[in-house]
Amino acid sequence: MKIPRTPWLLVVAAGFWAVVQLLRLVGFNDYYLFIANLSLVYVILAVSLNLINGIIGQFSLGHMGFAAVGAYVSGSITTLIYKLSPNVAAHYPGFVLALVAGGVAAALVGVAIGFPTLRLKGDYLAIVTLGFGEIIRTIFNNIDAVGGPRGLLGIPKFSTFTVILAFALITVAVIRNIAESAHGRNMIAIRENELAADLVGIDTTGYKVKVFALGAFFAGVGGGLYAHLLQIAHPTQFGFIYSVQVLIMVYAGGVGSLTGSVLAAFALTILTQVLKSFLSWLKAVTDLPIGGDWYMVVYALLLILIMLYRTEGLMGTREAKLMVIPEEDEK
Amino acid sequence: MSAVLKVSGMSHWFGGLKAVSNFDFEVPEGAIYGLIGPNGSGKTTTFNLITGIYKPTEGKIEFSGGDITGAKPYRIVRKGVARTFQNLRIFGSMSVLDNVRVARQYKPVSTLLASTLRLPSFKAEERQRKAEALRLLDVLHLADRAKEQAKNLPYGELRRLEIARALATEPKLLLLDEPAAGMNPKEVQDLMALIARVRDEFKVTVFLIEHHMKFVMGLCERIKVLDFGETIAEGKPEAVAKDPRVLEAYLGKKGGH
Amino acid sequence: MGSIFNLQQVVNGLQLGSIYALIALGYTMVYGIVRLINFAHGDFFMIGAYAAYGAFFLFNAVLGGSGLPMAGIALVLAMAASGGVALLTNRLAYKPLRYKPKLSSLITAIGVSMLIEYLFSAIPFIGPSFRAFPDILPSRPIQIGPNATISTHALIDIGVAAVLMIGLTVLVRHTALGKAMRAVSQDKDAAKLMGIDVEKVIAWTFLIGGSFAGAAGLLAGMTYPRIFPFMGILPGLKAFIAAVLGGIGNIPGAVLGAYIMGVAETFATAYNSLLGEGIAFAILIVVLLVRPRGILGEKSADKI
Repeated sequence: MKIPRTPWLLVVAAGFWAVVQLLRLVGFNDYYLFIANLSLVYVILAVSLNLINGIIGQFSLGHMGFAAVGAYVSGSITTLIYKLSPNVAAHYPGFVLALVAGGVAAALVGVAIGFPTLRLKGDYLAIVTLGFGEIIRTIFNNIDAVGGPRGLLGIPKFSTFTVILAFALITVAVIRNIAESAHGRNMIAIRENELAADLVGIDTTGYKVKVFALGAFFAGVGGGLYAHLLQIAHPTQFGFIYSVQVLIMVYAGGVGSLTGSVLAAFALTILTQVLKSFLSWLKAVTDLPIGGDWYMVVYALLLILIMLYRTEGLMGTREAKLMVIPEEDEK
Repeated sequence: MSAVLKVSGMSHWFGGLKAVSNFDFEVPEGAIYGLIGPNGSGKTTTFNLITGIYKPTEGKIEFSGGDITGAKPYRIVRKGVARTFQNLRIFGSMSVLDNVRVARQYKPVSTLLASTLRLPSFKAEERQRKAEALRLLDVLHLADRAKEQAKNLPYGELRRLEIARALATEPKLLLLDEPAAGMNPKEVQDLMALIARVRDEFKVTVFLIEHHMKFVMGLCERIKVLDFGETIAEGKPEAVAKDPRVLEAYLGKKGGH
Repeated sequence: MGSIFNLQQVVNGLQLGSIYALIALGYTMVYGIVRLINFAHGDFFMIGAYAAYGAFFLFNAVLGGSGLPMAGIALVLAMAASGGVALLTNRLAYKPLRYKPKLSSLITAIGVSMLIEYLFSAIPFIGPSFRAFPDILPSRPIQIGPNATISTHALIDIGVAAVLMIGLTVLVRHTALGKAMRAVSQDKDAAKLMGIDVEKVIAWTFLIGGSFAGAAGLLAGMTYPRIFPFMGILPGLKAFIAAVLGGIGNIPGAVLGAYIMGVAETFATAYNSLLGEGIAFAILIVVLLVRPRGILGEKSADKI
């Protein structure tokens, strides 16, 4: 009888869930729970960006634009239905649908942008995606129906730890499964040498657009979860600098390594919170005008140092054993 | 004998530069034909035009009777034309096996959904694809390298890998761009035998570019010579080798200056 | 009231275009010579503005708060500071990556930009809040037609830009350095073989390009008198788009693109403020989709 392979990803996720719930029972501070939630949202954002930048090698700098679409679309839907009936628990199915709707909207935007621009190379693609990210943000900034410059307020707090963890698990599993398949190999081939990939019969443009859409979908879901965690969707949350922040996570973990993105998302989210707390403590203790922006200086230095001294980040393109699906004959 | 490849009146300009001029050529099924000429004479450009990387300014390219002029490269490949590159274009960070596997991907392939859910159809396909790729590596004497990262291979093996990858697409026409570049005489001999064997076993037609004269003379049944984009000679190897225009193109004007 | 296409708007557009031109030149020179989009270039512009501000505080007791000497010192310091930082950035962050994949340099440039912006934002006496730029040369309007005036600021902006651009043209056409710059941008390796010290030429390019951005920063501070650490982001992006419009790597192209951008943006904003915000991106997208090499750019042939 064939013993089924252990679904490690599920085991780790379930274990994490159990640990956190246990800690909550013994008085786990809500702040720590928030950090766990935020880390998981960044896992979704980083892994989906790594699919685009790392696996298929297209340099996209507008990822938060997709997150914005997801945030606003899902936020608009839930604020509407919440008005009709404030029973939170009854809304979970609706919440999930709203998130998916946000993701689909983001994916459509991804296709619309990707189709004409994915034939541009490296530098130019970076600038165009940056530009589109900003355009999306500017558009939301100017739509009064969703709050304009004040942002979309009063989004119900539907993002619980369980829901966010579930979506993070799904995101990682789906992207991992795709990466470790014939499709994933095609994507890596496109990354390694696009012309050669063309010349072995791979429809490179088709793949680039589809991957862009898929990455955008998950970014949209991540954006939606984020908005329902903070209860607001505001244009400033989705600016270029935040796309760069996710980019730094991807590079720190290793561009092309999904494991790396997961680890880096956690590490950097925690690091950011630690830094912010330290800075406010320092300010309170010394009474000096210490700005909160120093943590961004740290991020910037991290990126520069990675580029200068360790481009492959933490994991390079390798994956942890539990992430890899072994080949058929290696079980 | 049917022509696998038929190029008629193909010319191509890059801005004001005429890179290829009035290229007329037919390659019959099962043949091994060659394209030679000094550097910059338009040989690789010809290959690029045939494989759809550029759309020719003028002319027509027919493959097995169908018009492929200016079609997208991946479609031309799927119809049965494969090529290798002058400057190796290997997928460096992938394994040798994966380099070949990737070239078989467009045969009935599971949808993205089946791959994600890892349905049995997906698994069966992966098994088959892997077996076929290994078999191919075996023919090219690369089977023992299957798991290694491609960029770690020595140069000669990389050239063989590119040929294996091209063959994996199950082509009817194989375009080889300087397959013997950088090889020592022994390797060149082996490559000649390999290409002849590949032609017989895989039933492909071969059209190749080379500078290595012994290779070309020994292997090709018919040769076309380019200089500055123009055809200056065409015919059997022995005749071409003696053609004064060919000698002039390679060696420069002889006698009085 | 008349249409938006009137003389006043043209004047405003030329004024804006002059500032963009000085920034765009730096982008295009650096791209021409090392094929790098220096994301941090907009921040050199910001540094120039702050350096001029600093100059004011250092010297106003000695030279008086306004007037030509003050303006002169401010300009020199602005250009020196920006040029210096540009030089430093090249030496520390870009030079080590010169022969690595281009993407690494691009990402590093993003990091440098982020570093400069947030450093300026976080350091308390520079600080995140807006600062009012001192009135170094007061502005007076000059009537040039029934409905249009040109301010002295506009004249200064256009004038300074013109002088610097003429200076650059002389440099590129008639000096050894200029020749070397042209050689390196055509073919780095060939230039090396001809005995040109390529790294030195690159360093000079960064110095000159950066200092021009610094000059633009002073002019901008004077003309639109609010400075803040992130003031370089949008103008930098727009100037970059202008350079792409004109043909990235092409010096006259950068100037042409910048003035077109300045005038287009002025007209667009007059018509509708949202359009004004978006016109630069619209131009970028149109250029990249329709004619990626820009107006004066040359087709680059990739050897396949």
